[in-house]
Formats: sequence, structure tokens, C-alpha cells
Amino acid sequence: MGAKKIGKQTVRLSEGVRIISAASTVSKKEGEGPLGKYFDKVIEDSMFGEKSWELAESRFIRENMELAVQKAGLKMKDIDYLLCGDLLNQCIASTFGTIDFQIPFFGLYGACSTMGESMSLGAMLIDGGFANHTLVGASSHFCGAEKQFRAPLSLGNQRPPTSSWTVTGDGAVVLAKKGNFPCITEITTGKVMDMGITDANNMGAAMAPAAVDVLVNHFQDTGRTPQDYDVIATGDLGDIGRNLVVELMKKEGYTMYPTNDKGGQFTDCGIEIFDKNAQDTHCGGSGCACSAVTFCAFFYPKLMSGEIGRMLFIPTGALLSTTSSQQGQSIPGIAHGVVIEGCGGKEGK
Amino acid sequence: MDTSKRAKQEYDQMVKKASPNSPIFMDCIKAFFSGGLICGFGQLLLDYFNESYTEDEAALLVSITLIAIAAVLTGFGLYEKIGKHCGAGTIIPITGFANSVVSPAIEFKKEGLIFGTGAKMFILAGPVIVYGTLTSMLVGLIYYFVGR
Repeated sequence: MGAKKIGKQTVRLSEGVRIISAASTVSKKEGEGPLGKYFDKVIEDSMFGEKSWELAESRFIRENMELAVQKAGLKMKDIDYLLCGDLLNQCIASTFGTIDFQIPFFGLYGACSTMGESMSLGAMLIDGGFANHTLVGASSHFCGAEKQFRAPLSLGNQRPPTSSWTVTGDGAVVLAKKGNFPCITEITTGKVMDMGITDANNMGAAMAPAAVDVLVNHFQDTGRTPQDYDVIATGDLGDIGRNLVVELMKKEGYTMYPTNDKGGQFTDCGIEIFDKNAQDTHCGGSGCACSAVTFCAFFYPKLMSGEIGRMLFIPTGALLSTTSSQQGQSIPGIAHGVVIEGCGGKEGK
Repeated sequence: MDTSKRAKQEYDQMVKKASPNSPIFMDCIKAFFSGGLICGFGQLLLDYFNESYTEDEAALLVSITLIAIAAVLTGFGLYEKIGKHCGAGTIIPITGFANSVVSPAIEFKKEGLIFGTGAKMFILAGPVIVYGTLTSMLVGLIYYFVGR
């Protein structure tokens, strides 16, 4: 077993890896949401001046990643590795979006958990001594995702109340060895979990078991409890998924208090990013960008200021394709846990 | 986490309890009235066309008019907004069929006229045509042997 591994699924980085900058670029709908004022850039035109949704997503990635590097006070050539992914087949948004950067690239697919996966691997590369700086991120586009996974946009169908709304945008962070910045200290990598959910319009239910598996293993591996964290944020479970996690965790012997209870610490990026009643997003936000932009815009500044001392960030993904769905397969879920300590974090809590 | 068959069944029950159902009653009422409105409008058109055309021509003209209206509304992105509320009311009539052909035609335009618009135009309406034709053949056969 590796010297940094603790317990079954968790690694503790030897010196921690700093998140030295975070950038988020979103589209109009996200800009109109409760987190609107926190995003770096809000692009009114979801086509972003491009010819297709796919190229638009690539442009979201390109401009936002450039912004992340610029905010870190670095140049693209200072980045040793680029790790990112999206939802489109063969991750074309990421490859076409980053082609001009000309830096060594690992393309990732973790569905909507990609931000957790890219942060995990980017941090491991640095902690392992393989890189000084890594640029990691994730993106999605509502229109591109609808086109690929669901129905044409102009089709007059109804969305069920359990469905969620894919976030359009890109979130990216630059990781480095040193500096007074929020610090990634532990990583709990999730397993593929399948509890037999087949309803592609109820992703929260499909992914909740994966989040629970990461949470339980994380607490067992580290010996902590949910109350040792100021914030626990899952990726895009939405209302239904979060409630299911609370219920499942109770069965496992852990009490999770949702943030809508006073003093609660458990939230979900999909719940934070949209006002589900005013914006008609039903269960909440989803897509790789959901957790990515919410982390970069909303949580990162709070980690920077020390308002959040210790956070467990768990992007969640539903590992389905149109082929697997049509062939009647259930929807397995995956989740990636990353512990981030804020500046002046709660040592020894 | 327990992933046994029993745990999966329990989870399934838990999910069913936690997930709200679609508001079926309101959906039905909205569909009833919007679908009825479209059909009523079709009847008005039929009466109008009947004044100057034969019965067959008038029926054809009603279909053409409704399809044209639905296609234009789809093109302007309005049909999806109506369909969101009306559901089956705007899907079942011939206008829904037009919407299901025009929307992929627009969506896949970027993949070119042949592999995009041409090939994808019937991804939604195709099954309706295939099984509609099959059913009519079946009914025709039954009629041939039994009905005459």
C-alpha cells in the first residue's frame, strides 16, 4: 500500500496542494441565479458567437481556463499538465477548447463528477512530484447536453419534476505546491455504484448512493464525522438526491444536517446555483459545470477568506449513455471527494 | 454501502417516496383544453375550406395549414414554450407531429444537410410512421379476412 494512503479509499497528500486561483464563466441563466454576482464572467449569448453548441462549450473552456491561469499570475507555458473533461461524446468540447494551449493534456470522463476527478488527479500529480502547476477543470452546456442525451431543444415536451437543468459554463482552478491559498489535503476516490435506478430523469436518485459511499468511506478512513466540516457540498444531486443522501447516511449511522436547517453544513451545488422555483429548473442544476462553477465562484472565495475552515467537496456523476439507457441498463453513479482546508483552517478540529 | 438485491429494492421504494410525481390531474386538464382548442380550430378551418373546395381537398388543406403553423412556431422557439404547459394536448394532434419533425431538423442542421437535417429529421417521427404503417397493414389484413 502507498505511504500516502489511509484506509480503503482515501489518500492524504504529504504537504497539501494549493488552489492558487479559480475562475468561472457561465451563461445567462446561471448569471440570473442566486450565485449570479459571484461568477467571473456571464456570457449573455449561449452560442458565445460560435457556430454550434459544441464549439460554444469549447470557447467557454478556452476563455475560462485562460482566465484561471491569468488570475494565478502565470502564463500557459508555466502549466505542466492540463486535466479536464465534459459531457459530449469523446470529450470533444475539452479537446477542441484547449487545443491552442499546447500543454500536456489528460482528457477525463467522470460525467458530472469530472471537477472532483480532475482536482484529485491534478493534486496527486503535484504531490507526487510530477508537476509544479496543473490546470484542472470541467465544463458542460445545456443545449449540447440536451441535444446529445435528451431531445431537440425546440421539441414541445414536458420535463418531469425529478429532472434537473444542465449548467452552461466552465469552472477551472490552478493547483500549485506552495502559497497561502486554500489547500487540498485529502482525496477520497469513489467507486462505481449501481443501485438499479433506470429513470434518466431522476439523476439525483441514481447518484445519491455513490455520494453516500464516498462519505461513509471518507469518514471511516479519516475517523472524522460530518460535523468536522464547515461545508459538505455534493455536485448535482438536487433536492431529491440530497434528501436521499441524508436518509441513507442515517442508515449508515451518520447524521447530516442540510444547510436549510439552522447550523446545517450539508448542501449541494445543484441546489445553490439556481432558484428552482423562479427559474423553473425543477430539481436543481446538473452537468459537470454545476459543481465546477459553484466551487470556483461561491466556495473558493469563502475558503480564501477563511470563512470556510474545512470543506468536503464531492462532485457526483451519472455514468449513463444514450446507448446504455436505450438498452435498458440501469444508471451507475460515481462521486469524487476532495477535502479543502481554507486559509487559516481549523487545525486539529 | 450495501448493494444486495434487497438493499436495491429498499432503495427503489425510498426513491419512489422521495420523488414527486408529475401533476397528472392538472396536466390532463391542460392537455384536454389545449388539444380540444387545436381540434376546434381545425374544424373551423375545415368549414372555411369546405366552402370553396371538395371535401377531400378541404381536409388536406386543414392538415397543411396546421402543420405550417406548428412548423413556424417551432422555428421561432414558441412551440416548446406552449408544449411545456400543454403536454399531450400539443403533442397528439398533427401539430405535434410537425413539431417532432421540424425540431430535430433544426437541431441537427450543424451536422450538414445530409447527415444532419436529412438523416435526423425523423428520429422522433420515424417510429410513429413505421408502427403506424405496420398497424394499418395488420388492421387491413383483419378487415380482409374477417370484416368483409
